This record gives sequence, C-alpha cells and structure tokens, in this order.
Amino acid sequence: MSKITYIEHNNKSHTIDVPNGLSVMEGAVQNNLMGIDADCGGSMACATCHVYVDENWHEKLPKKEEGEEDMLDVAYEPNRFSRLSCQIMVSNDLDGLIVRLPSKQA
Amino acid sequence: MIKTDVLVIGAGPTGLFAVHQLGIIGLKSEVVDNLDKIGGQCIELYPDKPIYDIPAISECTGEELTKNLLKQIEPFETNFHLNERVEELKKDVSNWQVTTSKKKVFITPNIIIAGGVGSFEPRKFSTKDAEKFEGKSVFYSIKDKNLFKNKKICIFGGGDSALDWAIELSNFSEVTLVHRRTEFRGAPSSLETVKKLEKSRKIRILTPYQLNTIEGDKNIKSISLKKEDGKIEKLEMDYVLGFFGLIMKLGPIANWGLNLDKKTIKVNTETFQTNQEGIFAIGDICTYPGKLKLILSGFHEAALAARACYKLARPNEKYRFEFTTTSKNIKGRLGIDSNKK
Repeated sequence: MSKITYIEHNNKSHTIDVPNGLSVMEGAVQNNLMGIDADCGGSMACATCHVYVDENWHEKLPKKEEGEEDMLDVAYEPNRFSRLSCQIMVSNDLDGLIVRLPSKQA
Repeated sequence: MIKTDVLVIGAGPTGLFAVHQLGIIGLKSEVVDNLDKIGGQCIELYPDKPIYDIPAISECTGEELTKNLLKQIEPFETNFHLNERVEELKKDVSNWQVTTSKKKVFITPNIIIAGGVGSFEPRKFSTKDAEKFEGKSVFYSIKDKNLFKNKKICIFGGGDSALDWAIELSNFSEVTLVHRRTEFRGAPSSLETVKKLEKSRKIRILTPYQLNTIEGDKNIKSISLKKEDGKIEKLEMDYVLGFFGLIMKLGPIANWGLNLDKKTIKVNTETFQTNQEGIFAIGDICTYPGKLKLILSGFHEAALAARACYKLARPNEKYRFEFTTTSKNIKGRLGIDSNKK
C-alpha cells in the first residue's frame, strides 16, 4: 500500500491507500473518485485519466513511454507536468505521491 | 421512416456481433454509428494494436477483428447509417421511434445500445472564446477547403490531421502551425514535407505554444498564443482550426430516461434490458455486478439481448433455441446449402 493524494480542481484533497501494482488511475476509479474518467480502461488509447504530477514528484517518476506523450497531445489543457495516470504504477517509491486533476477530462 | 425489428446503436465489435445473433434467429436490424467508418474503438483508437483475448484467435488487430465480424454478417445484408448520431427517442404505442442527427426516423420495438463509451466527437479548444466562433471561424473538421483560400489560417495540433491540412492549405493560404510541444506525432513523410514548407516560408511553425485568446466581433481578427514560459504572442488571423483527436461522449442517450451509473447503463443480466422495455444495452456501455469491459463479454451480452428482442419483434411466435451446426433454419438464413456437408 502507498498513500496517493489526488487534489481536485477545486482543491478538495483525497488521500487514498492504493495497493502497490495498481495504477494511479485504478486507485482513483476503484475508489469512485470523480475527475478521472479513464474511458479506454487504461490502454493508453484516450487521454481522460490526465493528471498534473506535483512539481516535487514529477522528476521522480519513471519516464514516459513513447505513446504517452502523443496521447497527452489530445488531453485537456496539458502542461509539462502532465501524465496519464494509467501509466503511473504505484510502488513503495511513490508513497506520498501528489497528483492534481484538471478542471475536466473531456 | 425505416421500420426494423431491432435498431443497433454502435458499429463496434459488440454491435456487429449483435447483428449476427439477431440475423441467425431471423431478426432484421439496422445499425447507426456517429463515426464515418465501421469498427468503433477497434478502428478509431487501435486499428493496428494486437488483441490477444478473443476466444480461439490467439492474435488479431482491431482492424482484422472488424473485417472478420463484417464477413460473418455479410449474409444478413445489414444497412449501416454512418456519420449519424441518435438524438431523440419517443414511445409510439408499442414501438420506439428514434430520430438521428440527419433526421432519419426509425420505428422499432427493440433498441440495442452497443455504444461503447459513447459517440466519438472532436476534442475542442479549452478557451471559452472558441465557442463563440465555432462553425464560423473556428473549425474542428473541414468540409470545404475553398473557404480558406487566400486567408490567414492557424492550425493547432501535432498529429496527421494537423500536418496534412497544413500541407494542403499552404497551397493557397497563409498557414501557421501551432503545437504544444516541439515534437510532432504525424507520419514522418508528412513531417518532412512540413519542414520543407517551413524552409520555403510556406508554413510558419510555432512551438511549444497553446491557444490563449481569440479576439474579434463577428469574425476573428486576431488570436494570442501562450508559450510554456508564459510569453504571449499575438497574431492577426482569419480562421482557426483545431485537430486534437476525438473524445467519447454519451450524448443524447443520457437523456433517454435510462438508469445510469456514471457513463454506463444499468441492465438486467438475464436479458440485458435496461429499465425501459425494449431498450437493451450491451458491451462497454452496460454495467452490472461483475461487469468486465472485454470484447468477449460484449459478445455474450449480444447473444442474450438478441434472444430477448425476439419476444417484442415476434410477439405471436415462440422462440426456439437452435444450434448453428444443425439448424436448417439458421443455415438458410446464412445462405448455406444444407445438402452439402
């Protein structure tokens, strides 16, 4: 288990214990957190699980795979901290990770 | 007005197999899909990606799966109504009446919603200004390129649509291509052409920029772009085009009085009927305890929903279960000569 903090666009914060091995997207969806849609179910085929990774965490995450940056092109208001949460796997290294949710996904 | 036994909404794998299951029990169906092609997510999102969990097929691509499903339903000569979205639903005595975006009207006792995660629609600019000009000087697709002749055009996006249109319109317009990062994801050959056109000053490329504001009254006068570091760039402009791919939206179905759970429709797992008699939901769009969003689950759901449609389509006949291997009726419907082995 690792603690992942999801901060909604209105600053409402949710800290959830997510089992290691799940993605940050799954941690949100399985706990009925609004704001992460994940329309394609985690196959990196849409961009509706888009999050902004906290500045202090951004560099610590494993690098993006090739297709992820392409998919982020079609996300809602991406910036340089943008990631697809389905591609961030939870592990002990990520305990305490903070991600912010965009104002909408689509 | 089109009368049919079943209206299938969605031409993805689940919708296509529903046509098959309806066809073998002798029911006629019509299919509506908002995309311009058959195949749903398989074609739009991952035509080349391999799928490994279709029973008895160790590996196939989304495109191959679609092609095979189409071949399987060939004998039923089904009509596809593409580029059309279902809009309005009305109850007409014992039938449903569905009107599409092209004002086509279907009269049917049964509707099978196999809509995946909703209908595909272009992703739009996030700035509010864009809404005001949409359809007049802001576009997400091009119907008549002559509109842009000798005008100042700003194209946003980094994929093939953005690159292809930049190349095409640079023949007779002043084109600026804007993308949020320096890398483009379109085909390498298109990118090469774009770079050449940039050198010969036929296309101006601005990266990493995003649209900030649009100014104008009736038509656009100028736009401003924002660089990642906050720097603002103002440009005189006539038209703005955005190519950011497609998103999925439930659309008007959300207002059909169905029992929704987020973006999915609750169903009874015996028949896959929704809370409305004669309206069924199968595939990714339906939900029930234990639901798996797999193509194979969609196939199972299609088989049960098709049988349930029989009752309302043939109220005076009794449905009898038959196997395709032995049934003369089914073979007849498939156009197979029963005398041959």
